[in-house]
Amino acid sequence: MNLGDDLPGMDPEAPVFEVVAFAVNGRRASVVVDPRTPLLYVLRNDLGLKGTRFGCGTGQCGTCTVMVDGRPQASCELPVSAVAGRHVTTVEGLASGDRLDPLQQAFIDEGAGQCGYCLSGILVSAAALLESNPQPTDQEVRAALDGHICRCGAHTRIVRAVRRAAEGARA
Amino acid sequence: MTAAGLGLPGGPEPQAAAGGDGPGDGPKPGDRLDHWITLEADGSATLHTGKVEIGQGLHVALAQLVADELGLPFERVRVAPVDTDDSPDEGITAGSRSMEETGLGIHRVAAEVRVALLAAAAVRLGVPAAELALAGGEVRAADGRAIACTDLASDGLLGRAFTGTAAPRPPAQRRVIGTSVGRPDLFGKVTGGRVYIQDLELPGMLHGRAVRPPGPNATLGAIDDAALRALPGVVAVTRDGRFLGVVAEREEQALAALERARRSAGWDAGPDIPSIADPRYLVAAESAETVARERSDPAALAGAVTRLDAEFTRPFIAHAAIAPSCAVAVLEGGRYTVWAHSQGIFRLRNELAKVLGVPTDAVRVIHAQGPGVYGHNGSDDVALDAALLARAVPGRPVRVQWMRDDEFAWEPFGTAMVVRLSAALDGSGRVVDWQHDGWGHGSGTRPSMAARPGVASLLAARHLAEPLAGAPPQVSGDLRNATPPYDVPNQRIAGHFVRSAPLRTSSLRGLGAHLNVFAVESLMDELAGVAGVDPVEFRLRHLEDERARAVIRAAADLAGWVPGERGDGERGRGMGYARYKDSSAYAAVVIEVEAGTEIRVSRAWAAIDAGMIVSPDGLRNQSEGGIVQAISFTLHEAVRTEGPRVATRGWETYRVLRFSEAPTIEVALLDQPTQPPLGAGEAFTGPVAAAIGNAIWSALGVRVRDLPLTRERVVAAIG
Ligand code: FES
Ligand code: FES
Repeated sequence: MNLGDDLPGMDPEAPVFEVVAFAVNGRRASVVVDPRTPLLYVLRNDLGLKGTRFGCGTGQCGTCTVMVDGRPQASCELPVSAVAGRHVTTVEGLASGDRLDPLQQAFIDEGAGQCGYCLSGILVSAAALLESNPQPTDQEVRAALDGHICRCGAHTRIVRAVRRAAEGARA
Repeated sequence: MTAAGLGLPGGPEPQAAAGGDGPGDGPKPGDRLDHWITLEADGSATLHTGKVEIGQGLHVALAQLVADELGLPFERVRVAPVDTDDSPDEGITAGSRSMEETGLGIHRVAAEVRVALLAAAAVRLGVPAAELALAGGEVRAADGRAIACTDLASDGLLGRAFTGTAAPRPPAQRRVIGTSVGRPDLFGKVTGGRVYIQDLELPGMLHGRAVRPPGPNATLGAIDDAALRALPGVVAVTRDGRFLGVVAEREEQALAALERARRSAGWDAGPDIPSIADPRYLVAAESAETVARERSDPAALAGAVTRLDAEFTRPFIAHAAIAPSCAVAVLEGGRYTVWAHSQGIFRLRNELAKVLGVPTDAVRVIHAQGPGVYGHNGSDDVALDAALLARAVPGRPVRVQWMRDDEFAWEPFGTAMVVRLSAALDGSGRVVDWQHDGWGHGSGTRPSMAARPGVASLLAARHLAEPLAGAPPQVSGDLRNATPPYDVPNQRIAGHFVRSAPLRTSSLRGLGAHLNVFAVESLMDELAGVAGVDPVEFRLRHLEDERARAVIRAAADLAGWVPGERGDGERGRGMGYARYKDSSAYAAVVIEVEAGTEIRVSRAWAAIDAGMIVSPDGLRNQSEGGIVQAISFTLHEAVRTEGPRVATRGWETYRVLRFSEAPTIEVALLDQPTQPPLGAGEAFTGPVAAAIGNAIWSALGVRVRDLPLTRERVVAAIG
């Protein structure tokens, strides 16, 4: 039987499952998985957090963006073992209880989005931006979102919504 | 979200007669009223439609129409899930026809429901109908007596046949139409809710992946499926001809099996894909001619003094949805249930049954929302993949998500095209002759559009051991907006359909209008230049339709257009106009281009007349999105091949417009409250392309006629 090279550690005889523990949106999570599993699939399929979305699986589109210890990062290529003991924030973690984050409210108020599929990742990146730069310029918002694709062309509204949230925070 | 004139991309001309595979769109006289609208015990109403929501707000706009007639707040009209087991068959949701046909019809059905309720209440209360008011789920008389609508309808009142005779409320009495009711769907989308088909999770659900060939001509040799089956979590490996698929308990296990199968399967890549780098290959290929229009006026032609000829091209363009296509299927008790984000679930059902070799009623398709599609992409194809994998594991649902590179490589593309124009001016500066020759591979290869035995549109059908031939494209899309909207006495508009295509094609937003309007409007600017007339004024002189003139003036006014204005070597502005399909929305746009290290669109000023506006912010949003996507098509996009395979397989190789490049956009909405709503989703695709080309000309004095209008091409044109 010649199948070519094995994937690293993918020996069918030795499935590797480990416990990985980390925090998601302020709550403890512990999963038993192959530790190389991308965080994206653990969030979606093990933890039921479907808000983090698959777009490319190769770090090129931004739909799967989450914060790891406050820094935005693509979850589609990040092995879950890399977040062991760290804090992950997903789009579901932006609101506090029933109260939407001002960013989320601003997106609703601006009607920012068409199909909306890109919004989860964009909101997470925008939240991280406002955390480090509460009053970004138009240019700075665009730069922060440049790794995100929006195929529906909702860019203008999305940028406006981020700035609206920033202005609301100042008022 | 959307709009009146909420158009939905993609689709060919109505094909109601095509193979008798289903009725056309919207309510028909004779339908029971309650086939379309039912009243609930809590005073709310439910709208039943076969039109699906594809992320542009169609359901919001339809619900607004019903709410307005029935005197209900918008939130009290629900749209029933779209399901082949109990929704009306409305063909496909495409071609900017949803508001024009379904919207118009639903509005009339709602009016008839209103009239029926008032008439029934008049009898019960002994008061003339004209003195009764319908609101909030009841009919009320001036003396305060009221009857609930459900009570009035309980004896089968809405079982009567739709006649189309009741007039909707006049504009002055409308309360919900014309207001922006917001985006009820956005809440779930900004909070990470389970919104999309990708988020569907059923008990016992497995994860499947199709292992696609390396290229369209590849054949599959040996595959060691025992080794694949031995991988962790793998439940099934299925092979039928060159269709190969894996099913696993967990998604990452399906991915590992896919990866292993891709590397270990013995593919023979087959012959190279013929070169598509220069679309002019189309002109040399064998083709069939269709003449869309011919008119002649020899006296006018005799006055011709100047003639301009020009050739325009467009490459294959991808829909490139933000997420790859996805479907879930289960085979239970001999019946397939398939969740799909198809734009035509009935046609998909029929074709799935055909490929699977089962009776039509052994397949049920339920629509679930997906990401934006902009025409016909892989969303039908993935449903067949899911059904084929479900067949391998009866009783267990299988979720299939295409991989990013598969979506880029295997979706049906918008066709490459070539357009040659020749036009003549007379001594007074009027266009007196217009000759158009266009080449393309056509579009409209959706499921069941060609309901012939042995033919199927779905991708995997052509990979099976007993393959079905690919569906032939419809010719008509290539000629969309080929006929200039201007008053020209001599015209010959011909399309040359090239049947044999190197890649699969289907409907992409605007179809042929993208290149045709680019060509028409570019040449109009050149003719204006020769005539020494401002391009805006030149268009107006050749247009009689007042609505057309109004959108052109509105866009020019919004932009502060200065007659005779010219760019300054770095910055310039241009205009483009079209009435989509010659029957949908009127759209004009002025584009400002900045030509620095990159060619960039910095601003857009647009005007649209989509008839009666149901949802103003929806129409605006739809217009903005259409403008941005058209800029992306026009500046950046091209599918490339390399040897036997498609080479543009990711966002790094298939470049689209980014946040840093998105322009500032202003849109003027021209409302026509007494006119029917018109499709708007595809209105700007062509005009934007043309306006960019004209702006580059204004800025730099060069014309690039090959799309995309890249910096390299502009630099080469400067020489
Ligand atoms: S899915 Fe992770 S970047 Fe695209
Ligand atoms: S709204 Fe559809 S991709 Fe951004």
